[in-house]
Amino acid sequence: MKAHPAWRDAVIAAIAVIVVLAIPLFHRSPAFEDFVIRLSAMALFATSLNLLVGNTGMVSFGHGMFYGLGAYAFALTMQMTDLSLPVAAVLAVLFTTFAALCVGAICVRLSTDYFAFITLAVQMLFFSIIISWQSLTGGDQGLRGGIPRREIFGFELASQLHLYQFCTVVAVLGLLALRHITTSPFGQTLRMIRDNENRVSFLGVVLWQARLRAFTIAGAFAGLGGVLAALFVSGAYPELADWPNSGQAIFAVMLGGINSFLGPVLGAMILLALNDVVTRFTEYYGLVLGIVILAFAVGLRRGVLDFLRLAWPGRAR
Amino acid sequence: MDLTALGVCLTTSACVVTQATSGLIVGMLLFLVAAGVTLIFGVLKIVNFAHGTFYMLGGYVAYTTLNVTDSYALAVLSGTLATALFGVLFERFLISRVYGSNVLMQLLVCYAVVLIFDDVVKIVWGPEFHAMGMPPAFQVPPLFIAGGVVPPFYIALIGITALIAIVLSLGLSMTRIGKTVRAAAINPQMVSALGVNTTLLFAIVFAVGGGLAGLAGALAAPVRSLSPGMGFSVLIESFIVTVIGGMGSIAGALVAALLIGLVRGFGTIGFPQFTDGLIYIMMIIILLLRPQGLFGRRS
Repeated sequence: MKAHPAWRDAVIAAIAVIVVLAIPLFHRSPAFEDFVIRLSAMALFATSLNLLVGNTGMVSFGHGMFYGLGAYAFALTMQMTDLSLPVAAVLAVLFTTFAALCVGAICVRLSTDYFAFITLAVQMLFFSIIISWQSLTGGDQGLRGGIPRREIFGFELASQLHLYQFCTVVAVLGLLALRHITTSPFGQTLRMIRDNENRVSFLGVVLWQARLRAFTIAGAFAGLGGVLAALFVSGAYPELADWPNSGQAIFAVMLGGINSFLGPVLGAMILLALNDVVTRFTEYYGLVLGIVILAFAVGLRRGVLDFLRLAWPGRAR
Repeated sequence: MDLTALGVCLTTSACVVTQATSGLIVGMLLFLVAAGVTLIFGVLKIVNFAHGTFYMLGGYVAYTTLNVTDSYALAVLSGTLATALFGVLFERFLISRVYGSNVLMQLLVCYAVVLIFDDVVKIVWGPEFHAMGMPPAFQVPPLFIAGGVVPPFYIALIGITALIAIVLSLGLSMTRIGKTVRAAAINPQMVSALGVNTTLLFAIVFAVGGGLAGLAGALAAPVRSLSPGMGFSVLIESFIVTVIGGMGSIAGALVAALLIGLVRGFGTIGFPQFTDGLIYIMMIIILLLRPQGLFGRRS
């Protein structure tokens, strides 16, 4: 893999932010702004999962837990304390990071299949705790009552445009940080672990430590995505931490391309766009989505960006 | 949490009998589904995430057959055969294309099938819940065993599933095809080199696995309601069973399924809100202490 100068990524990120922020100046479309807000949360969620799946070769079925945890931690902090939004968001992400560290400490020593199953089990345990701890979480109704005091540095996030700008900036900064981690020596180590864990181990890398670090970082960024999701729905729902949601992230990763950094973002875009377009025409969303997924899985046999990279080697990033 | 209620239940024979039979039902049905999952995994090393769909289709086909023919035996038979056929088609046209590729690619194909057939069921049978109702032969007053109420259908159900468990394990250990299947689980290349048609073998394994899930769906239809998406929870539970019992082990699947059934049966009294949680905790503990499962071989 070529070395990617950090400044090049930063320039691309800056251009992306400017373009996305400029769009509402020319054309206001609530549906589009909604789409970008949801995409920002899901892009962080899916890209953080790909740090595990594509980069390290750790297939986690329970990543939704940290997405849900970030959302609940943030929404509860906002509802129960007088802390300002940035402080609450940072606390929520820190809390999620700590939770990911604890869950990871239990899970990362297991080999591939068992790792997938234990992450699923831990997530489902977390989900049943949300459902049964009604006094705190509101049970299966979700956390209602909204998120109060949604302003940050004079921005009123209850306004859709401001939320749009806020989510765009946070998501792009988050993706940039993840990109930096992926291209760092630590990121290279993770890819080496994926390709041949025995040799990496001979080189003196402590496998479980590196894996635990990756798991914790991925959990942290999923938590950040959860914070954005909580802002969007103004609350938190158990579905955010349920296993179909983890499945969505896996599909985003697989559809977009597991070996390309922006693959999961593209995959998230495809899934969200499909959802928006198809539900407008038919109630049988699953039927259409299933056929599209089958076409990708059986036809391309890899994600879109990975496919493009194979078709035009050297061109796509 | 209500430990006193659990204590009271455990000391009353009526309550023990009622909860144990309902736990056994849950466990035995779960075993039929999980046996297919573990068989398919054992031989093909494919985690069949679409197995819940087989269960659902079995239930719906049986429902329609019963409405048309009024015969529950025919309904069960048609549900089983239809899903066995579905299993073969699924293996031939979809799964065989992703053999040897990434596990996530297999997951993707299976999940697509789940999505498609949940909607197909909605189109054919409608999105509402259906109740099959007790088959006429079993519309008789319940039995009383040690003070506990036990519907006769429950006894028939436990009997049939126990019989299947015996046939399955005997079939795997005594018959030629069963031995080939077990050999293929250990070394498919060698089996293929010895002249066994593994393509056919894999299709048979999917037919048996799918048929068992369809049978479970047909048998469960009178005691549970039918709805699109009903395969979801069964799928998760059958995975838990497979993991606890040991991937690839039929005996392990039986023990784990009964264990989960009993935890469900008695858990609803002691921890009505947290029965699912109990089962996940069980799975986590097993994975930590004995990742290969109770009866699994260490790889």
